[in-house]
Amino acid sequence: MSARDAMLGRIRASLADRPPVPGVPRGYRTSSPPDVDPVALFSERVRDYRATVHRRAPADVGATIATALATRGARRVGIPPGFDRALIARAAVEVVVDEPPLARAELDALDGVVTACAVAIAETGTIVIDAGPDQGRRALSLLPDYHLCVVGADQIVGTVAEALARLDPRRPLTWISGPSATSDIELQRVEGVHGPRTFDVVIVEALSPALPDPPAPQEAVP
Amino acid sequence: MATLREPVPTFAGTPPFPKAAAAALADRQLRENLRRATTTIRDKRARAVAERDDWEALRLAGAAIKDEVLARLPELLVKLEERVTAAGGAVHWARDAAEANAIVAGIVKDTGATEVVKVKSMATQEIGLNEALAREGIAAWETDLAELIVQLGQDLPSHFLVPAIHRNRSEIRDIFRRRMAAAGRPAPDGLTDEPRALAEAARLHLREKFLRARVAISGANFAIAETGTVIVVESEGNGRMCLTLPETLITVMGIEKLLPRWQDLEVFLQLLPRSSTAERMNPYTSMWTGVTSDDGPQAFHLVLLDNGRSDTLSDPTGRQALRCIKCSACLNVCPVYERTGGAAYGSPYAGPIGAILVPQLRGIARHPVDEQTASLPYASSLCGACFEVCPVRIDIPEVLVHLRGQVVRQRGWRQRTLSQEALLMRSLGLALGEPRRLAAAERLAGLAAGTVARDGWIGRLPLPGLLGAWFRGRDLRAPARMSFRRWWARQRRGTT
Repeated sequence: MSARDAMLGRIRASLADRPPVPGVPRGYRTSSPPDVDPVALFSERVRDYRATVHRRAPADVGATIATALATRGARRVGIPPGFDRALIARAAVEVVVDEPPLARAELDALDGVVTACAVAIAETGTIVIDAGPDQGRRALSLLPDYHLCVVGADQIVGTVAEALARLDPRRPLTWISGPSATSDIELQRVEGVHGPRTFDVVIVEALSPALPDPPAPQEAVP
Repeated sequence: MATLREPVPTFAGTPPFPKAAAAALADRQLRENLRRATTTIRDKRARAVAERDDWEALRLAGAAIKDEVLARLPELLVKLEERVTAAGGAVHWARDAAEANAIVAGIVKDTGATEVVKVKSMATQEIGLNEALAREGIAAWETDLAELIVQLGQDLPSHFLVPAIHRNRSEIRDIFRRRMAAAGRPAPDGLTDEPRALAEAARLHLREKFLRARVAISGANFAIAETGTVIVVESEGNGRMCLTLPETLITVMGIEKLLPRWQDLEVFLQLLPRSSTAERMNPYTSMWTGVTSDDGPQAFHLVLLDNGRSDTLSDPTGRQALRCIKCSACLNVCPVYERTGGAAYGSPYAGPIGAILVPQLRGIARHPVDEQTASLPYASSLCGACFEVCPVRIDIPEVLVHLRGQVVRQRGWRQRTLSQEALLMRSLGLALGEPRRLAAAERLAGLAAGTVARDGWIGRLPLPGLLGAWFRGRDLRAPARMSFRRWWARQRRGTT
């Protein structure tokens, strides 16, 4: 008998008392309370992980990315093939597109990486990347020591349940909540072990539909 | 290539719990480290859980989903196999540790690799995979910081989540200084005991291993039957490195780690981080389904491990232990664990959950177990704190008492009838069975107590065997000189 059949046989024999299959009581919350502003909550929760969060109008995103990269001292920065190059055009950095795919050592030598995301979760301060064209393969946002993620306000959902409903399990998914961290030494939290030690988030604010006359995009102040 | 030459210690040969605990209790540094760590994480967990007003609803859902998994296990495993295979992965079935180790070693050898990087995994510790690979000439590098500390220190893990919880910062610095060079990149000159500096040393030491790794081995926190998705939850990014960079990924997973539906993650991704690291969400969670072309490993092997789980499943009371998601909340609240640490339990599964899981994995439902295993259900004061914090509502005290019953029944006729405990219980049964006998026993106890009690208390008794041992750790208020029943009878005689 194969190990597979033997195992399945043993498991079936162990269930000879036919335990009932319980219904799952889903009395927990799956959406945020109505008075919660998901964008504000997301910003607050990401900051709790000691990551930096900027909320910007669409027209100001490019300047904010440029400033953030300069602040972090990044000179060579990777982007996924499908990332909007206009967003990084203002930055005084050498932009390296991951196409054809960079070798591990080349990724490791980058100062940082800028990507988009698939969905973001307010309650837990999480962004999820699904290897889409504007997010790139998993190694790209892993090896460089600095990750800047651009999040659309309309991508932010309230809860883990709402995020799961938007995601495709067939894609490789990485859930990121702040910079890499460890508490293995006397339970003292240290940010930055193997993943990017610095994590910045730029939220692109949607123009509020509640306003009758959305203000014209402003070019000036970042 | 560098390897650690000295033999790695194992849990084999751990004495029964009372003896192992006594040794641990004599170590003041260990107790101090443990007390500080468990107190910190206990308080943090309480705050993280209090933030969710629906915590109990999440626990109820978590317990029900896991019970559903156990009740439907054969069908769900077959479905998982189907989905993983359809997505380009290979599924292997391993009845026991030896079979699992042979499967993994075989896959590694086929790649031609002589080393692997590992994500922290309880299942691979359980089966002694690192030692099995070493015997085949394959070096297995632990990449979780705490596991690295344990591996370099040639030590045993003492906690699921923080395996080096028993080590303080200066001990860790000394281990890095002494041992890193033999395993690869040496510790930086002038390494201090600042946690930040120690983490940086680990980053540098392991980066070269990640970059050259061709094979990685992981465990799994969850696997979704309906989609074939496997999930690993972590903090440091070593998991992402192992799951992403190598060409071949091997995941060893206990068969109970399944979840039926993708949607069920909405329960477990809330329960696990808050219970284990006391965070709203852990820094990194990786999810993958089979293989993805141009992204990550191009060969994926999932090893489904039984190793005593189907035996555990056969016990209707004990099987709830298989709901466990290895959060370690029960360790952190356990007054016994807090004082003895994990090594005293003699397996990677320490604390209250270890005390109920290990005897069952070792087959207590089917046959008598060795003395060390039989001592584990007694490694508890039955205070119930573990049940209160368990995110999947495992009634650990209930299972502990149930297993104690099994241990007693398995000790055989002679021990059952002639041991001191059995004699004591039989005399007690005799005395309690008949009012006149009870009255006589009470009178006797009152008289006897008068000779040994001091100020109304009985302290140490110079008795041999069970009674003497019992009184070594306890004081008992002396029985009253006159029993209530005698007093009552006198009162009634007086008034009528």
